[in-house]
This record gives sequence, C-alpha cells and structure tokens, in this order.
Amino acid sequence: MAFFLETLLGGLMVGMLYSLVALGFVLIFKASGVFNFAQGAMVLFAALAMARLAQWIPEWTGIESKVLANLAAFVLAGALMFVIAWLIERLVLRHLVNQEGATLLMATLGIAYFLDGIGQTIFGSNVYKLDIGMPKEPIFVFESVFPGGILINREDLIAAAIATALVAMLSLFFQKTSTGRALRAVADDHQAAQSIGIPLNRIWVIVWCVAGVVALVAGMIWGSKLGVQFSLATVALRALPVVILGGLTSVPGAIIGGLVIGAGEKLSEVYLGPYVGGGIEIWFAYVLALVFLLFRPQGMFGEKIIDRV
Amino acid sequence: MSKKIGDVILDVKNISLSFGGVKALTDISFDVREHEIRAIIGPNGAGKSSMLNCINGVYTPQQGNITFRGQTFSHMNSRAVAEMGVARTFQNLALFKGMSVIDNIMTGRNLRIKSGLLMQALRIGPAAREEEKHREFVENIIDFLEIQAYRKTPVGQLPYGLQKRVDLGRALAMEPQVLLLDEPMAGMNVEEKQDMCRFVLDVNDEFGTTVVLIEHDMGVVMDISDRVVVLDYGKKIGDGTPAEVRENPDVINAYLGTSH
Repeated sequence: MAFFLETLLGGLMVGMLYSLVALGFVLIFKASGVFNFAQGAMVLFAALAMARLAQWIPEWTGIESKVLANLAAFVLAGALMFVIAWLIERLVLRHLVNQEGATLLMATLGIAYFLDGIGQTIFGSNVYKLDIGMPKEPIFVFESVFPGGILINREDLIAAAIATALVAMLSLFFQKTSTGRALRAVADDHQAAQSIGIPLNRIWVIVWCVAGVVALVAGMIWGSKLGVQFSLATVALRALPVVILGGLTSVPGAIIGGLVIGAGEKLSEVYLGPYVGGGIEIWFAYVLALVFLLFRPQGMFGEKIIDRV
Repeated sequence: MSKKIGDVILDVKNISLSFGGVKALTDISFDVREHEIRAIIGPNGAGKSSMLNCINGVYTPQQGNITFRGQTFSHMNSRAVAEMGVARTFQNLALFKGMSVIDNIMTGRNLRIKSGLLMQALRIGPAAREEEKHREFVENIIDFLEIQAYRKTPVGQLPYGLQKRVDLGRALAMEPQVLLLDEPMAGMNVEEKQDMCRFVLDVNDEFGTTVVLIEHDMGVVMDISDRVVVLDYGKKIGDGTPAEVRENPDVINAYLGTSH
C-alpha cells in the first residue's frame, strides 16, 4: 500500500509539472483560438534566461545573496518574456487578424524555431544548473500509518504548491474579470470582438504575457529539477496529450489532465510494465490521448463542440 | 406615432470603395439624423453591407469621409467606432458560440467596466457592486428580448432566430447612440420578422437610439423606417421617405427590372 501511494504521489507531482506547461497552451488557445506550438520554446527560453541571469547578475553587480540574485533574475526573465510577448503581437499576430487558424498555427511553429535558436544564441547551448534554493532532500510522511512511511520529494511538494496557486489565480482571472470574458470572446470571433470595442491587440499582448510567465514558472521548476537544456523544449510534447485529455479550453482540465497522465504513467509503468516488458511510461500518455480523440474529442472539460448544419 | 427627429448625427460623403478592380461603392453620400430609423436597401450585391462596413470601420474607403457627431474621419477602426458609441449586428451571426447568452451580452458591457483586474477577480468592494449593476442591465435586455429561458444556454445551441436576438442584445448592451443592423430579418419566418421589427421599433422609441439598418426585403423596411437610401450596383439611385422611394422609377427598375 505504501509503495502504491508513493508511486501515485510521485506520478501526481510529475503530472503537476505537465499541467503547468499545458496551462500555457490552454491560455493562448482560449484567448486566440491558436494552438501555440511555441509554448515549449517559451519554456526553454524562459528557463535559459532565468538560469543564465541568476549566474550573471552576481558577476555584474556583486550581489552576494543568492535569494536576491534569484529574485532579480526572475523579475528580469519575466520582463524579457513580456518583451517577447509584445514583439510577437507587434511583428506576427497583428498582421494575421481574421486569418484562418491554420495560418496562425504555422506562425507559432515559426516562432518556436526562432525562440529555440535565439535563446541558445544569447544564453549559450550547454546544460546549465538552475539553483533556486529548492530543498533537495526527501522527507518521510505517514510514518505512523505505514512502516517506514512514504517518501516524498520536498521539491515536488513546493512545485505543486506553486502550480496550485498559479491555477487558482488564472481561474479567477478567466471566470470573474471583464478582461477574462474579453479573452474568451476574442477566441470565438475576432470580428465580433472588435465590433464591441474589445482591443484585440492589447488582449493578445496580455495573454502572451501571461503565457510567458506561466512558461517561466514551468521552466524554472523543471530546470531546477533536471537542469536547463535543450530537451526542455520537448517537455511541451509531453503536455500535448494533457491538453487533449483535459480539453483545449479548460484551465481545470489542463490541471486534471496533467495529474491523470502523470499518475497513469507511473502506475502503469510500475504495475503493468513487468508484463509487457516496460517502457509504458513513454507512450502511455499518447495512447490515452488517442482514445480520447476517438470518443470525446473536446476532452474531459472542453467546451462542447457544437456544429449547426 | 410622432417622434422627435434631431440633427444630423452621421454624415457620409462621397464614399467610394473598390476591391481590386471591382467597384463596390461609387460616390455614395447620405446622412442619418438623430433618433431616426434609416434603412439602406438594394438588391443582392448592391453594396449595402460594404456601406455598413465602411461606417463600422471594417473597410477603409478609397475616397470620401464620414462625419460622426461633428468629427470627420477618412479611415476608422472597429474598436474606435465602438468607443464612440456605434454598435452593430452581423448578417452572418458573429456570436461567441461557446459562451452562454448572458456572457455574450455581458461582453457588450466590457467598455464600461472600470474596476481593476484584481478587484474584479476577488469580487470585492466597488468591483462587486459594479458587476452587479452591469448584470442587472444585461438582465433587463434579456427580459426585453424575451430570451429569459435561455440565459445560461451556450449560444451555439440556440436556433437561428434566437441567435439573432442575442446578437442584437449584445449590441444593445453597449448602450449605443447609433445601432447598425446588417440584415436583421434575413432568413427568418414571418413571425420572427414581426418580433424583430417590434424590438427595433421599441429600441428606437424607448431609448431614442438611431438605427441604420440594411434589408433587401422591401416590405419590412417600408413599414418601419423614416427614410430610405436605395443602392444598386454600388450607386445611390434613391433617397427619401418610403413613399417617395416607392414612386422612384429607378428604384422600381432596379427591383422589378426594366421593360424593354
């Protein structure tokens, strides 16, 4: 039992991180109806900026305190993501108002490769350590219930807490504010949104900024866990099944989708792996996503697909 | 029925618009007076929608200008037009399909919501009261349009006639001074057309909203409008009261064809 719980918790923690990346997809899709292929590149770029700035800032300014340096790096990296958001709107999206979804999709594909490249040009392409002071040593809980207790990574616990807070904030933003309503409106119909005075350009800058911050948080946590390197960009591919499962338009869906896939991966690997020779972890999420596409293409929580004929 | 027609609120001067080599509008001028119902009619392809889209700022005419409440513009954008108090509906419905009726209409209040993001998110203090005020306004529109039963339904699931009403409701939520209606009765049955006529007349009557509407169904238009502009092949061929327009030989030709 203890072992099962341990596996489950480990899976849920990883799932939380998938959720964070998936959240970036959902945000931009909700607000512009664009599937943003560049989300992974944004995670990589943000993590690279964070890691390198945390290293450079003490060199430039002589700041000794690690906390201060990290904080400054976070703020600067965040600002950098805002600049990128603004540039993307100014140089790409503004010229594609009222275009087909596929056109916008291709544009984000271009942005993805551009960000991958420019990030490594500016910040270098080695593997960088990102130390944001996360406690690395695991702790044991429920020692009174199970012999030996359950092993939990404290780092994962903190990551989960950060992710939860972020999600709560975003849900409030989308459901309760007039800007949130405007974002959903823009996703449905550009033309109509403009006709009621919703500033399309500003909305897009806002949503890419928010997606940038989400990418930064995701990049920071993943980077602190695994080190910052090019493979971070491919984390986005792991988040694809998550958004299919949760629904492209649902913030809670992204979270629950991430948790289901995180837990499912680990549990199936541990309990089914021995019978089929292992390696389930790698394809489990994608098969699950395929099943969903067959039977419930809008995902668990996505807006129902309505088509009047 | 007597009502006060005010001064010219919208003045369209010498508008010409072409797409590539196709001339959609040629040298069109007309004015709209405050509180009136002004119709633009014409056969299919006459340039009615193009005209509306010029006023609404979707298209930029190559020549001519538009004066709105004393300010003259040669090119506009939809958002600025909305801020000046012009709302519109769409010929081929452009609603936010995934959102509920009430949320769709609430988006029309967006320009008027002033509280900060954080306050709104937490629904505290003045933000909560403001939200309540706007909700109340929207509920009144819903009552007015008789769609109470559908307020929580996603708009995409409603039948066409009701979607048209939601489209009108969203425009009304902006409390516009000028309401542009792009074929509000297109594709409706007689009963739905009568309902829509009633709504348009009531809005005009109760709130004094100036209405510019496009139709190709002559009958409907003649009954409800104060003055009518007639377009054909992008040119203005008639302008005046319904009675005058009906007598105009050019208009008769355009609609009934010329006898040779």
